[in-house]
Amino acid sequence: MKLLIANGHLIDPAAPENTGTSVLVEAGKVVAWIKPGEAVPADCEVFDASGLLVAPGFIDMHVHLREPGQEHKETIASGCAAAVAGGWTSVCPMPNTQPVNDNAAITRYMIEQAERAAVANVFPIGAITKSSDGSELAEMGEMKAAGAVAVSDDGRPVPNAGIMRRAMQYARDFDLPVIDHCEDKSLSSGGVMHEGKISLLLGLKGMPALAEEIDAVRDILLAKETGAHIHIAHVSTRGAIEAVRRAKNEGINVTCEVTPHHFTLTDRAVECGHSCPHERRFDANPSVASGNFVGGTDDADKSVRTPSAYDTNTKMAPPLRSEEHLEAIIEGIRDGTIDAIATDHAPHHADEKALEYDRAPFGIIGLETAIGLALTELVHKGVISLERLVEMCATNPARIFRIEGRGTLTPGSHADVTLIDPALTWTYTNAESRSRSRNTPFDGWQFNGGVVASIVGGRIVYQRMEEK
Amino acid sequence: MKKPYRRRDLLGIRDLSPAEIVGILDTAETFTEISSREVKKVPALRGKTIINLFFEASTRTRTSFELAAKRLSADAVNISVSSSSLSKGETLLDTALNLDAMAPDCIVVRHSSAGVPHQLAKVSQAAIVNAGDGSNEHPTQALLDAMTIREHKKHIDGLEVAIVGDILHSRVARSNIHLLTKLGANVRIAGPGTLVPGDLASFVSDGLTVCPHVEDALHGADVVMILRIQRERQDSAYFPTLREYSIHYGLTNDRLDLARKDAIVLHPGPMNRGIEIASDVADGSRSLILDQVKYGVAVRMAVLYLASGSPTGN
Repeated sequence: MKLLIANGHLIDPAAPENTGTSVLVEAGKVVAWIKPGEAVPADCEVFDASGLLVAPGFIDMHVHLREPGQEHKETIASGCAAAVAGGWTSVCPMPNTQPVNDNAAITRYMIEQAERAAVANVFPIGAITKSSDGSELAEMGEMKAAGAVAVSDDGRPVPNAGIMRRAMQYARDFDLPVIDHCEDKSLSSGGVMHEGKISLLLGLKGMPALAEEIDAVRDILLAKETGAHIHIAHVSTRGAIEAVRRAKNEGINVTCEVTPHHFTLTDRAVECGHSCPHERRFDANPSVASGNFVGGTDDADKSVRTPSAYDTNTKMAPPLRSEEHLEAIIEGIRDGTIDAIATDHAPHHADEKALEYDRAPFGIIGLETAIGLALTELVHKGVISLERLVEMCATNPARIFRIEGRGTLTPGSHADVTLIDPALTWTYTNAESRSRSRNTPFDGWQFNGGVVASIVGGRIVYQRMEEK
Repeated sequence: MKKPYRRRDLLGIRDLSPAEIVGILDTAETFTEISSREVKKVPALRGKTIINLFFEASTRTRTSFELAAKRLSADAVNISVSSSSLSKGETLLDTALNLDAMAPDCIVVRHSSAGVPHQLAKVSQAAIVNAGDGSNEHPTQALLDAMTIREHKKHIDGLEVAIVGDILHSRVARSNIHLLTKLGANVRIAGPGTLVPGDLASFVSDGLTVCPHVEDALHGADVVMILRIQRERQDSAYFPTLREYSIHYGLTNDRLDLARKDAIVLHPGPMNRGIEIASDVADGSRSLILDQVKYGVAVRMAVLYLASGSPTGN
């Protein structure tokens, strides 16, 4: 069946030589770009993309799909359903499943399960070490042959520099990027939020920015020495971004990603709650903003309770950082230091998040809110262009993970397409989420710009219904 | 007369205005006399149910809250849970909803995790009173400390108050910093560098100074507040040994002589005699440690009275 995606605003940073306003798709592949006035086949279905951005299907480099082992949180099918609703036509699940994806059998299972049940493409990430316990190398070559696109011990960063060095040396032989969740646990152990003014104020143990930065610098030095490709996951601190910037200038093979929650929220969300502010700064408690202990009001009312502090949906690793780090993230996005946007979609059951702050698990879901946040916080605020957004969500992820035929709409590539209405105003509600979990701080947030449809392999797998 | 305190919960001092704090202290003053009567009971909270929900071991605070409730004729129920709700296989939310189903008027909660009272307050119909949550706050301790200071110094505004010890982990210190600076005292902080957060300096308002040495904090102080040192901090490498801590940071009579002649000494208890405070200081004429316990009951009576549905208005 042929599909014509007609009259859209086509952006494909990977193929700037292509021009046109329509894309013709057939048998799961892109056939041609068609300019206005050019003939189109008569026997094709037409998707009217007037007023829409037509982009190569977005690739989420960092998700947790929980299958196998924790299907009560998410399955490959439910995670992929949420992904396409968020504009992601491909997702790369991290290996912290149960059992850990540290061998080809589990890698194959994930891919086959996706082929059986899921609406998005799944490109698994294998473990660096067996069981991700940081000691013995996992069978990277076998996992690569089975379809893994990278290796990582995400969430359990390899603490031993010697093992990490060998992992990079070995991964380099298979052209596998090594992804690190940079966190020196000796500095962050027991921490539940960013270490700073707010953690001090709330009496919560902090995770210093230093914990991320020390590990990032270590990894960059190891990449320099080994020649391997290090990809820094969910970068969140000024020091880590500066280290990546310096390394890139030096020609070291390093890339990095950022999550929407880290470019949107600060650690003040832990103190003030996180109602949609339409701006990044929380001003619920001016006494904190001014760095002054003295607060309170003289007209307190018995019906009014304290702002919603200690919401476990503000707990993630790396933690929401302070304003200075958020500013560095924005600058890193603006100047190209940060290569990609990834969600770190981390589903957890409501019962697990309904615990004490320091006992609740880290992580939030993000597949369905990421692009809305990126459009609202980055594009509409003039930080980046739509073209750069496509680069960060499609072109660069495909390049970093060497995913052939994706991240572009050049003829011959896979017909994975993300369609966006930059002018769409919409509200995300948890109740309508396709994920099995509901752990997000963005419930009820209104966004400027959103995904209208997702096409995978030439098939429309998601189309936004008109908002009531 | 307008009620001084019209909040539903007492989650911390940070949220309170100076007027509210003074209102609670004034209310507590009216209750002090009850504890000296032969019949130590008034019907102020008759028919009200107060649950003391303690997830953390406590003798002093729990007893103080229980006595306060009983002296106001409330029905007090004590629930002691070994650790977190999770250990019982239920969530914190389950705990709150189950207690709510019993229709208490007030839940007094202590927990080793910061923020638990705030989390309960989001879902509970009852008033929530924070009896200490992790390293966050211990508001009634700060209130009773303030009452002790006020009773002996007649004012708080302008006093020089030294707080010495483990500031990083101390909910008592946090609540006291909020309270004392709100009421116009000058607070000086001192302790080992590992236990005095660097970011504390960024909170310096007109009333907070971080001192490099204990002696700097004590010099000319009107009030010396010593914090309990947790022995396990030594195991976590916050300081080398208790012996060294006592030598360099412990309050001895020699160090106390740096303070004003009429300085008073406070300690939230329980004390590690000979470590953070020398026995002769703890038992000396300037120590008001037992007064703190006495005023604790009055303060908690005031808090329960104001938070658990006492009649509004006059």
